[in-house]
Amino acid sequence: MAAMMTFTRLSDEEKYERFMQRIEAGEKIEADDWMPDEYRVTLIKLIAMHAVSEIMGALPEKEWVPKAPSLRRKLGIMAKVQDEMGHGQLLLRVAEDLMAPLGKTREEIIEDLLNERLKFHNVFHMAAPTWADAGLIGWLVDGAAIMTQTNMLDASYGPYARALKRICAEEVFHAQHGESIILALAEGTKEQKEMLQEALNRWWEALLMFFGPPTADTTGTSKQDITIKYRIRTKTNEQLRQDFFTKYVPRIWALGLKIPDETMHFDKEKGRWIYRQPDWERFKEIIRNKGPKSQERLELRRTAYKQNAWVREALSAVRTAG
Amino acid sequence: MERRDSAMSEKPMHFHPDGQEALVELLFQLADDDFLLAYRGSEWLGLAPHIEEDIAFSSISQDTMGHAAMYYQLLEDLGCGSADELAHARPASARRNAVLLERPNGPGHYLREPRYDWAFTVVRHYFYTQAKRVRLESLTKSTYAPLAEVAAKIQVELHYHLLHWHTWFVQLTNAPGEARTRMTKAIQDVAADFAGVLTLGAKGKDMVRWGLIDEEEVLTENTIAALAPAFAEVGLEWPMPFGMKHGNGRNGEHTPDLDEALATLSEVYRAVPHAVW
Repeated sequence: MAAMMTFTRLSDEEKYERFMQRIEAGEKIEADDWMPDEYRVTLIKLIAMHAVSEIMGALPEKEWVPKAPSLRRKLGIMAKVQDEMGHGQLLLRVAEDLMAPLGKTREEIIEDLLNERLKFHNVFHMAAPTWADAGLIGWLVDGAAIMTQTNMLDASYGPYARALKRICAEEVFHAQHGESIILALAEGTKEQKEMLQEALNRWWEALLMFFGPPTADTTGTSKQDITIKYRIRTKTNEQLRQDFFTKYVPRIWALGLKIPDETMHFDKEKGRWIYRQPDWERFKEIIRNKGPKSQERLELRRTAYKQNAWVREALSAVRTAG
Repeated sequence: MERRDSAMSEKPMHFHPDGQEALVELLFQLADDDFLLAYRGSEWLGLAPHIEEDIAFSSISQDTMGHAAMYYQLLEDLGCGSADELAHARPASARRNAVLLERPNGPGHYLREPRYDWAFTVVRHYFYTQAKRVRLESLTKSTYAPLAEVAAKIQVELHYHLLHWHTWFVQLTNAPGEARTRMTKAIQDVAADFAGVLTLGAKGKDMVRWGLIDEEEVLTENTIAALAPAFAEVGLEWPMPFGMKHGNGRNGEHTPDLDEALATLSEVYRAVPHAVW
């Protein structure tokens, strides 16, 4: 008996060693492959959070779907938000397969979101009070999302890497949709230009926070080391933020907009952007669902969830009978 | 937004001068119907019973908004004003949509406490989509060729919409308990205003005389024939007669809910006059 237990333990270590060799050789891990618990749990958290963020991410733009100022813009933003929902669904399926051996289901992900056990991305807790905010979300928030997701396109977990490939392709269209709204405002009337500048002022700090704190020192925990170890991602939060600056700061300036940080500049000697840190204490509040719109948006979904309880019951009765 | 061939929109289109008024009236009914229902659909965004439905429903609402845009474009081509202006700037009294389509999804607001009624939404969409399919079939034979072309395009998408709402309608009405009770009540609520969808309004006879569309009676008969098998499937009594409880929208009679809807739909459009968005 004791010998058998030793064997099992050793075997797990061997399995782990073999697993690490595989991912270091660039092989993809599939849903049914053996994987260490830490890897599975990390992926579930990451992908479930990504999924609910896509779903919650529809809400800041929801307000602007009916209000979009022309038929073309109405159709554009409808298509965009529908895509985000589609990403949420795709990711829920990926998370579901990983959760199956633990006996957990997709419904629990949604319930965890509503009960605040599962958090959604910090950027979707912010207010979007004007049409320019809707444009800015498309242009810069989706632009930032493309960067973090491209960073995981070669993730060691095959199903996630494949889902991201599809998502990134669509995000490129979203960034173009946002950019087109922004360009119209930047070339528009005085009021439109002001609306745009105010939206940028509002979103700047949130865009810095988007990539997360530079190190675990800020918030006490950070998944970046584990995700890099398991080859789920390659770049650190700070590298991604610097990439974002390199791509977007010149474009923002080119539109005649002012970045609300007078220290912002590229230091040629150090080879990186110098900028003022966002308020990381505020960030900690936001990720605890204490952001400006966290509770309002969760409440919207909770209301709908309660309101539709009878539909879920009816569908499960149909399924049981069928 | 789907645009018609550029060759067509370059020069203003014409219909027989004496028939133009009836044509314009019909196009406003078609455009406003889809515009308002697409709006009601878009209010559901993020609130549907499950995520698959959220995706499917927003796709349907997007298609429906696209149909409205095509009809407004036909009006623009006839020299009635720009499509965006027609969609956003006309007051409630000028709207020709059926009142049923402006009715709210339920109590609450789409951003606060939306206590929306899924049963009403399913029944309204199912009934309307059947009527829309019958109407489109007639429009493909319209004497106004650009309208016949647009109708043929829309028909292709409608098949999927109809399948979608039919599935929900039968599944929920056949489910035991609360679901059936709610669906039965929703059917009564929708039927009470459904005559407003079927009517062609005060200029209906002219529309028929100019060969733009079939008679109201024929359209009604065909819509009932299309809905009847579903009622047999769920074993419910036919909810006749249909009414116009909240007014005849075809003649410009509307509820305060339409004013509210239009204020939302045109909030940004009106915010900066003459701006390009």
